[in-house]
Amino acid sequence: MQVPAPFEYVRASSVGEAIDLLERLGPEARLVAGGHSLLPMMKLRLATPEHLIDINPLAGELGDVREEGGEVRIGAMTRHRDVLESELLVRRFPIMRDAERRIADPPVRNRGTIGGALCQADPSEDLSAVCAALKASVVIRGRGGDRVLDMVAFHRGPYETAVGDAEMLVEVRVPVRPHGGSAYEKVERRAGDWAIAAAGAALWLDGATVADAGIALSAVNPRGVRCERAEQALVGRPPSEEAFAEAAALAAEDCDPIADQRGSAEYKRHLARELTHRALRRAAERTLAS
Amino acid sequence: MQITLSINGETRSAEAEPRTLLVHVLRDHLDLTGTHWGCDTSNCGACVVLVDGEPVKSCTMLAAMAEGHEITTVEGLARDGELDPVQQGFFEEHGLQCGFCTPGMMLTARALLNENPNPSDEEIRVAISGQICRCTGYANIVRAVRWAAEHEAGATAGEEAIA
Ligand SMILES: Cc1cc2nc3c(=O)[nH]c(=O)nc-3n(C[C@H](O)[C@H](O)[C@H](O)COP(=O)(O)OP(=O)(O)OC[C@H]3O[C@@H](n4cnc5c(N)ncnc54)[C@H](O)[C@@H]3O)c2cc1C
Ligand code: FES
Ligand code: FES
Repeated sequence: MQVPAPFEYVRASSVGEAIDLLERLGPEARLVAGGHSLLPMMKLRLATPEHLIDINPLAGELGDVREEGGEVRIGAMTRHRDVLESELLVRRFPIMRDAERRIADPPVRNRGTIGGALCQADPSEDLSAVCAALKASVVIRGRGGDRVLDMVAFHRGPYETAVGDAEMLVEVRVPVRPHGGSAYEKVERRAGDWAIAAAGAALWLDGATVADAGIALSAVNPRGVRCERAEQALVGRPPSEEAFAEAAALAAEDCDPIADQRGSAEYKRHLARELTHRALRRAAERTLAS
Repeated sequence: MQITLSINGETRSAEAEPRTLLVHVLRDHLDLTGTHWGCDTSNCGACVVLVDGEPVKSCTMLAAMAEGHEITTVEGLARDGELDPVQQGFFEEHGLQCGFCTPGMMLTARALLNENPNPSDEEIRVAISGQICRCTGYANIVRAVRWAAEHEAGATAGEEAIA
């Protein structure tokens, strides 16, 4: 039976209090949201915080999804289940439902949060790729106020983000732009497992050509989330099979998979290409419906 | 620390370290051993209980995090000696063999039927997809949940007719 190492437990009742506690308790304190990444790591003693600050009481303050100022704003404590079931998100960004249906399983989705997922920055985590493809930004709050960063600046690499000491993620903001479509494709070994490889794609059209594109990979990309060369290859061109094949090839070329129990590097690179292509194709179909 | 929980409608208290997981408080401190514990990796779902009506893996929640929430364990399913229709369904349709996964499966079924009284087989399968059964091959579990849905649906229709 594995249990976490001892720690002190404290509940925060507001964002301000959580930030004060982080400041007062110092670097050995950690926030716990859904706990579905942190507690398994603590059981394995891969994380041994001395203080755990429970932010579940902020589920009301940071738990809604709403459209405001040309953006959809998702509170950091929004649980996977609520992302999955949000009518607004399904309508605006179908990529979210594509991904959420494949993240873990229903009991895990009842607890895990979008904020915890992005802050964990697991290289195989799905929502970072989704948010990157959608060119979302995140709001980080500290004593000094809010900072708004795009996903490239936020997601610094495996298990590393731009959230500093005594700061927390409070919101994810996804811009609503006209004539957009998005999709997520993932291959896993069995239902509910982490990706062997996954690709998210978003397209925005201007008449008959691609005005902007977002492409992001998960599980094959230790260095970053977005595939900017592949995105650039689409801009200004009609959303055609040839253009998608070219972009997919670039995304596969630029990714950097490692061989592990989930598959060889070649297999994962093959998946990166195929899944990018499929995600682009489905995103394009959805621009027509939008 | 002193941890006070609301379990199956009763207030229960335990003295436990903050690191104690909900599953261990239930089993080891409160003697509610109907909730099972089957893995260290949050994968098997044997430990599923309902927290405010939603299935949650109790091995991946600190007991302290459960304060202020309504916990339902398998011990809370039967009412006044009457089996819940879900329990009856598992009995009628042979929904268990060794029984290890059964408490979690039944609680998930209860939560599903509360939200969706007439689920399709596909919806039942999705609902239990985070829980592993090594014995039944799942087919009888799906039948058991359907049995409960059918027998409950009848009861509800009857109530509506009276109302
Ligand atoms: C069996 C299983 C299968 C899974 N499968 C998948 C999968 O297929 N795909 C996938 O993407 N994920 C998967 N996950 C991970 C799951 O989605 C987690 O819930 C999620 O990654 C973390 O969210 P959380 O709220 O539980 O975070 P926590 O575990 O509470 O926190 C994770 C980290 O983020 C920090 N943190 C949390 N919230 C904030 C905040 N607001 N501001 C700053 N820091 C914060 C914490 O301090 C901690 O370091 C799986 C998990 C399990 C247990
Ligand atoms: S004991 Fe296996 S998921 Fe909780
Ligand atoms: S009945 Fe044995 S594990 Fe399900």
